[in-house]
Amino acid sequence: MKRLIEIIRRDLRLALRQGSDSVMVVTFFVLTVILFPFGIGPEANILERVSPGVLWVTALLASMLSLDRLFQADYEDGSLELLALTPTALEILVIGKVAAHWLTTGLPLMIAAPVLAVLLHMNGDGFVALLVTMLLGTPTLSLIGAMGAALVLGARRGGVLLSLLVLPLYIPVLIFGVGAIDSAVQGLDYSAQLLLLGGILLAALPLAPLAAAAALRQALE
Amino acid sequence: MLGLSTPSGFIKVSKLVSPWLWTACVLLIGAGLYFALFVSPADYQQGQTVRIMYIHVPSAWLGMFGYSVMALASAAGLVWKNPLADLVAKASAPIGASFTFLCLATGSLWGKPMWGTWWAWDARLTSMLILLFLYFGYIALQNAFDDPGRGARAAAILALAGFVNVPVIKFSVDWWKTLHQPASLMKMSGPALHPSMLTPLLLMVSGFTCFFVAVLIVRVRTEILAAKIRALRLSEIHAAQGSGVAG
Repeated sequence: MKRLIEIIRRDLRLALRQGSDSVMVVTFFVLTVILFPFGIGPEANILERVSPGVLWVTALLASMLSLDRLFQADYEDGSLELLALTPTALEILVIGKVAAHWLTTGLPLMIAAPVLAVLLHMNGDGFVALLVTMLLGTPTLSLIGAMGAALVLGARRGGVLLSLLVLPLYIPVLIFGVGAIDSAVQGLDYSAQLLLLGGILLAALPLAPLAAAAALRQALE
Repeated sequence: MLGLSTPSGFIKVSKLVSPWLWTACVLLIGAGLYFALFVSPADYQQGQTVRIMYIHVPSAWLGMFGYSVMALASAAGLVWKNPLADLVAKASAPIGASFTFLCLATGSLWGKPMWGTWWAWDARLTSMLILLFLYFGYIALQNAFDDPGRGARAAAILALAGFVNVPVIKFSVDWWKTLHQPASLMKMSGPALHPSMLTPLLLMVSGFTCFFVAVLIVRVRTEILAAKIRALRLSEIHAAQGSGVAG
């Protein structure tokens, strides 16, 4: 546990000192969302209708932006091998990295989302659902993404390949995230979608670090 | 198991099995087509278009079967570090992807006259489309490394992660009652098809499966031979370099 916190602190410190990563992710999120009113016109009722989908799809793409840096920098300068040599299990390392990734991308996205929802004229009933689905969904994105990032270490054209691997696996999160907000906007009960999102998160929590750690071992062989 | 787990053993066994498989494949698909096109009746609602089913259902089955073979072989390759398992996984990916595409294409052709649309965002259609992209991701990841062994192992992990989609496809029609009809073949209460349609369908399914296995064998054999050629070339180069240094 102490080692886990150490890894999270190290990654957070790196992210803070090198700056820009989370700022860039949020800027991308805001800019892409702002493109939609230009693309499909500023009518409030259309924007309101598409707002859950737009927010979720762009959040998904934004959280993918910083994924290829997750292990790549450590892999290139050799610190990943040193981390692998410590008695800490690689799975713990992955969980720490995922936690740091979520704190630097998922959390800022979650904070920015309600502001953008206002810009898209989202119905007030949807805000709680938006925040809760993001809280349950974005950690899953980071977990699945970490697996993809570990798999493409050392591959040619890793960045593009990563999106090809990870996006199909993101679709369930997208479906239930948007589904919950849609139900909430219509005043319906959305606990079923939240339970499913939570279930996906609970399944990904042990499985994705296992897969990612296996992939890291392959990369370090 | 019959010495099947080594590449040379595989070549030996495959030489024995292959002709029988191809014969069975031709006979089964031939008989299946005869029953499907001439003997089986047209559907009272769907008319002649129901005959698309005899291609569509076997393709869908093989799309999922191919992924299962790939995932099982990947698991075997990861656990026992068996080179043949890696080759089987690699070889089944393009075949499975082709059948998944065939399933989507025939489904689209069938959907136009029946549902009035080429495509619907129905649970089973969508999950089948995801399966196709999982195949693409697998193939792309496999080819992305300079070291083929590393590509095979990375892709194997991805295949296992994507395997969660296969049961979702199978049960999607039961969980979400959308446009696609529910399961009619593999049900607890027995198949819901009339024997006149069930016979050609089962013939086609088994014929397609024989075809899949036969093509899989061809592909694996080619991979083994290609690896052998690569090794021979490398040793030739090494020999030439060795003599160059000595001389």
